[in-house]
Amino acid sequence: MDTADRLKLPPVVMPEQDPTERIHNVREVPFGFTPAMALQEAQRCLHCVNQPCVDGCPVGVRIPDFIRTIESGDYIAGIGIIKQTNLLPAVCGRVCPQEDQCQKSCTVGKTHRDPGQAVQIGQLERFLADWERENHTAVIPQIPPASGKRVAVIGSGPAGLTVAGDLIKLGHAVTVFEALHMPGGVLGYGIPEFRLPKEIVYAEVSYLTRLGVDFQYNTVIGKSLTVDEVRNDYDAVFIGSGAGLPNFLGIPGESLLGVYSANEYLTRANLMHAYDENSDTPILRGKSVAVLGGGNVAMDSARTALRLGALGVTVIYRRSEEEMPARKEEYHHAVQEGVEFSFLQNPLEILGNPDGWVTGLTLQKMQLGEPDASGRRRPLPIPGQTGSVSADVVIVAIGNNPNPLIPAALPSLQMNRHGGIVTNEETMETSVPGVFAGGDIVLGAATVILAMGQGRKAARAIHAWLTKTADLERN
Amino acid sequence: MNTIRKREELGPNVTRYVIDAPLVATHRKPGQFVIVRVSDHGERIPLTIADADPELGTISLIVQSVGKTTREMAMLRSGDAIHDVVGPLGRPTHLQQFGTVLCVGGGIGTAPLYPIAKAMKEAHNHVITILGARTRDLLILEDDMRRVSDELIVTTDDGSYGTKGLVTDAIRALVGGGTHIDQAVVIGPPLMMKFTSLLTKELGIPTMASLNPIMIDGTGMCGGCRVTVGGEMKFACVDGPEFDAHKVDWDSMIRRLGTYRTEEKTAAERCDHECRIGLGTRGPEWILPTD
Ligand SMILES: Cc1cc2nc3c(=O)[nH]c(=O)nc-3n(C[C@H](O)[C@H](O)[C@H](O)COP(=O)(O)OP(=O)(O)OC[C@H]3O[C@@H](n4cnc5c(N)ncnc54)[C@H](O)[C@@H]3O)c2cc1C
Ligand SMILES: Cc1cc2nc3c(=O)[nH]c(=O)nc-3n(C[C@H](O)[C@H](O)[C@H](O)COP(=O)(O)OP(=O)(O)OC[C@H]3O[C@@H](n4cnc5c(N)ncnc54)[C@H](O)[C@@H]3O)c2cc1C
Ligand code: SF4
Ligand code: SF4
Ligand code: FES
Repeated sequence: MDTADRLKLPPVVMPEQDPTERIHNVREVPFGFTPAMALQEAQRCLHCVNQPCVDGCPVGVRIPDFIRTIESGDYIAGIGIIKQTNLLPAVCGRVCPQEDQCQKSCTVGKTHRDPGQAVQIGQLERFLADWERENHTAVIPQIPPASGKRVAVIGSGPAGLTVAGDLIKLGHAVTVFEALHMPGGVLGYGIPEFRLPKEIVYAEVSYLTRLGVDFQYNTVIGKSLTVDEVRNDYDAVFIGSGAGLPNFLGIPGESLLGVYSANEYLTRANLMHAYDENSDTPILRGKSVAVLGGGNVAMDSARTALRLGALGVTVIYRRSEEEMPARKEEYHHAVQEGVEFSFLQNPLEILGNPDGWVTGLTLQKMQLGEPDASGRRRPLPIPGQTGSVSADVVIVAIGNNPNPLIPAALPSLQMNRHGGIVTNEETMETSVPGVFAGGDIVLGAATVILAMGQGRKAARAIHAWLTKTADLERN
Repeated sequence: MNTIRKREELGPNVTRYVIDAPLVATHRKPGQFVIVRVSDHGERIPLTIADADPELGTISLIVQSVGKTTREMAMLRSGDAIHDVVGPLGRPTHLQQFGTVLCVGGGIGTAPLYPIAKAMKEAHNHVITILGARTRDLLILEDDMRRVSDELIVTTDDGSYGTKGLVTDAIRALVGGGTHIDQAVVIGPPLMMKFTSLLTKELGIPTMASLNPIMIDGTGMCGGCRVTVGGEMKFACVDGPEFDAHKVDWDSMIRRLGTYRTEEKTAAERCDHECRIGLGTRGPEWILPTD
């Protein structure tokens, strides 16, 4: 097929659960491509020589190369290409903000002057990964002889899983310590089932277990074991403890009954399965739910609230639709499902009844001023214009900060102003020798692929460090 | 999985468990707690570490059956296992030689109070303990407490044992009789803690209380355990559980404990029924990554 023909092919429409149906279940929304759909979508790729899409991917997945294998039908080769740089394609294919990364600079989208026309790289990545999982073709790689070195990984989020996977394949012994009773970090407790089935996360973890990674759940480093004990027992340490510290607004009423942080709400729903009537963990099933914030976390909370039976869900965001940091796809899914959006409104106070239950919010109407440091136009209050909305559940989804548990337990770690660990950008080494860090604990709340990218860098540097110390011991 | 080594009924609906948890046993300090999940569909609930044996690698928990999870736990026998135990969580008690320390325990609060009283004694304090219970049958750990206290006073609401009255009456009597108290520790039902701390504030006795809000993760991730202390929001699982009792917003804390009252009632009723007919509720099967 020549370029002109390829450019004529329309994007394959991803089949999805109907919105009216899906708000009554927690099953995944998009069904995924069939092989025929994947082939058709793969044929839209022009195999550009300059590969702008690869530059857009934070870990540099060899995109045209893997897409070519879909055309040729050699899926096993394709998954191998992806996994060279991305350990969790089934996850990234689903949750990467592709429209801002690989797909943003795709030549096809550019040619049509419509980013929506770009090759659906994420969906193709997901297709191959799902095919591999469903056909049990994941190959157990040849693992080199044991190096005799032991690495401790703190946290089983995407950063920690990447480090574990890379280092076990290099012959090092790896133990992952996880505070919760289940693995995955935000992939497990935060991102909802309907967007990322937990089965996928657990399949990835089982794969690592088969490779020999030792997972220790219910182990909080800094509490169950001190950081120093871990440092003494292991030759190197990777901290991937994430950004699990929820922000609150600091406005009156946040202690009222029915006010949740998004983390608590999503943890109850996902990790503890509160959406299932048989689960022992309760959750308030609000009839009218207000979600404060405009990111992915807010979208996930709003859509979860619908699935828990809310009759009305409103996302309240202080800037306008344009500035909203949530992925476009999530925003559209939320709109389709009936989530309402109230833009340019800033919560001033959460209101309650005499028994302490939340009843609603007072909102300040905003307008957009000059761009701020983030490049987005700064929201400013319009004097005298306030209003109110009613709600029986309020979810505060205004972001998370790095989890302070490990830094508090290792005071010699150098930290930045935002509570993140300071690292060498190339090696992810911290101010403490032999201790590396990556993911949200370094970046603040970022993305899965950036966490994995840092994990990969750290794994490389840890391997070098272990090899160097092994050489020193030998001489 | 954490095996139950020993199980002992301390009173109506109060059970002591000795459980394998080697890392917790060697790392815990007085005032800290664990979070347990009884079964694979269970809720995560916080429980104070009442005691520990680092050599045997065991900890003891003293649990009052109040709702679904604690009742399910009560059905376990020696040799059974608790699905998950994580800890030690929270900050340890601030221990020092204060002089005379008054330990006030109400109901099941005596369980978390015991390790603190013991540690206060070991820190060379003169320990006076007041234990309050509604009635004699509900009094727990009297002997253990007596062993670690220089003086022990028991009050019961109905006068069936010790002096009739509330712990606050006993505190007034003690101070009225000329006893000087340098520091008080109070643990018990939230209302009892509230009134005790109002009194000690009036009497000018520095007081710490161990708070028991609803928790999930216990690592500062969910914010569900937030309490207001001195006008600031604190997460009890990482900033506490002990706080300056005089600065705690008790009313807000007590209200928040009632968040799931309706849900808890339904769950307990369901448990009552199913426990009796020997079913037990089952959740969906979740694939555990243990290949
Ligand atoms: C609701 C929600 C939706 C999101 N949606 C998207 C999305 O669509 N796309 C995207 O790219 N990103 C998304 N993100 C962001 C993304 O999930 C994170 O950037 C990513 O998970 C960070 O990975 P991590 O490995 O650094 O940490 P985490 O995933 O946070 O994992 C850290 C792990 O460390 C454990 N831990 C912490 N402290 C300790 C300790 N002391 N001892 C032992 N274990 C410890 C924690 O329990 C946790 O399991 C979302 C985030 C949230 C909250
Ligand atoms: C740091 C900490 C330490 C604790 N230590 C102990 C301990 O050593 N022994 C012990 O028996 N209990 C302790 N608790 C309380 C224990 O966690 C609860 O009793 C338990 O979660 C109840 O679960 P359930 O499903 O059985 O009952 P639910 O169905 O959840 O509740 C039944 C009844 O108990 C009340 N309740 C629920 N949660 C709490 C709570 N956190 N505190 C007080 N009342 C509550 C409810 O309002 C309701 O009336 C502690 C709590 C905290 C936060
Ligand atoms: S990892 Fe993410 S950014 Fe990279 S190619 Fe895959 S979907 Fe695109
Ligand atoms: S930019 Fe688009 S068309 Fe070009 S190689 Fe990448 S995916 Fe294919
Ligand atoms: S229990 Fe979740 S933050 Fe304390």
